[in-house]
Amino acid sequence: MGLNGAVMGLGAHLWGSYGSGGTTTIMAAEFDGGVVIGADSSYVANRVTDKLTPIHDRIFCCRSGSAADTQAVAEAVAYQLAFHSVELQEPPRVRTAARLFQQSCYRYREELSAGIIVAGWDPRRGGQVYAVPLGGLLHPQPLAIGGSGSSYVYGFVDASFRPGLSREECTHSALTLALAMSRDGSSGGVVRLATVTAEGVERKVLTGAELEGGEGGAMS
Amino acid sequence: MEARSARMLPPPFWAGGPAPGQAYDPCAPGPSTGVLPLTRTLSPMVTGTSVLGAKFDGGVIIAADMLGSYGSLARFRGISRLLKVNDTTMLGASGDYADFQYLAQVIDQMVIDEELLGDGHSYSPKAIHSWLTRVMYNRRSKINPLWNTVVIGGFYNGESFLGYVDMLGVAYEAPTLATGYGAYLAQPLMREVLEKKSSLTQEEARDLIERCMKILYYRDARSFNRYEVAIATEKGVEVEGPLTLEANWDIAHLVR
Repeated sequence: MGLNGAVMGLGAHLWGSYGSGGTTTIMAAEFDGGVVIGADSSYVANRVTDKLTPIHDRIFCCRSGSAADTQAVAEAVAYQLAFHSVELQEPPRVRTAARLFQQSCYRYREELSAGIIVAGWDPRRGGQVYAVPLGGLLHPQPLAIGGSGSSYVYGFVDASFRPGLSREECTHSALTLALAMSRDGSSGGVVRLATVTAEGVERKVLTGAELEGGEGGAMS
Repeated sequence: MEARSARMLPPPFWAGGPAPGQAYDPCAPGPSTGVLPLTRTLSPMVTGTSVLGAKFDGGVIIAADMLGSYGSLARFRGISRLLKVNDTTMLGASGDYADFQYLAQVIDQMVIDEELLGDGHSYSPKAIHSWLTRVMYNRRSKINPLWNTVVIGGFYNGESFLGYVDMLGVAYEAPTLATGYGAYLAQPLMREVLEKKSSLTQEEARDLIERCMKILYYRDARSFNRYEVAIATEKGVEVEGPLTLEANWDIAHLVR
């Protein structure tokens, strides 16, 4: 049937010159009490970019795909969320932020190239992670990875992550990103991590010297 | 010649369409480019594979695995592609998952609005099928399809219903249905069983579906061994899952 042919042709579309997530590796993991989010820092123009964008006090998004598209959507969502939070008179839910991203990403799906992970903490449900990939679907997950570099670490993540990790175990996150960056020509630079909890946001930057596994381990 | 160029060009036949006297390039940006959002799903992104459906004596069963594929990547391994509409109707969708989520949102709101009317009526499976057919056909006619193939099942007024609608607006009913690869791999098996026995019991239908899901897991490269099943009977609609398929690879030992 023609429809199957169309779906098979999907392969050619996705793995063409644009790739499936720009030049990035991003990830977010939830633990009891908050989330750990991380990204690499490489762009064409700027090798120390910050792809972890605050949307609200305790809600972040990890951006992959077109920088212009994701910045534009993130700014719009941050505005909508700030307004909504004032109306609500309480901190907004992470799910609301994710839903706002999804509405834009689905509506303009043919014009946008945006793969986004929304993660944060709210008083109702604690730490949460939501994936809003290309196409504009919304999917809550305990752990999400995205960007072109993520392809290389699906195996590592499947083997080492499980739901219900503690905050310390989530520091595996840095290793995930380091591994991806060492294999993905399009990701690189430094690893930016942020931990979001009820108490606040703690940011960290890890450079090459501080990352283990950055040299590709046994297979060089 | 001067007179022609001095005259105003005639308006296009329809919005964004060809104007007489002008060269028409369908691919060039039209007069409304950039003014309105381009809202056509030209290519599916995260997709679901086959959905199966079978009628039995006293109800209907539909099944779909829980995988959202991103091209060849098995990206989301715990998504639900089945939707319980109300106590008489259920549906399952293959194709673009974002479009299915949108459809589910619209249907859920319709069900709420109907509940608010408070007249005791709720949508029948045939009604949902008919409505969805119109929606899908009209979207396709605007070259902005919902990139899904939907199986609608239900039990209403003592009768089983099983219907199919796809992104082109093609719609029909049948005792067994399968979308995607299921149409090639599972449908012949299901029809063979139904040719021998004119009607199945719920157990037999369930076994048939499980057998077909297993075969799809073996043969469809975009399938997964975790699936959900929704059953509609006079008691209502129940979504069961996740169920796991046990694969048998013993024959591998026969091959050296």
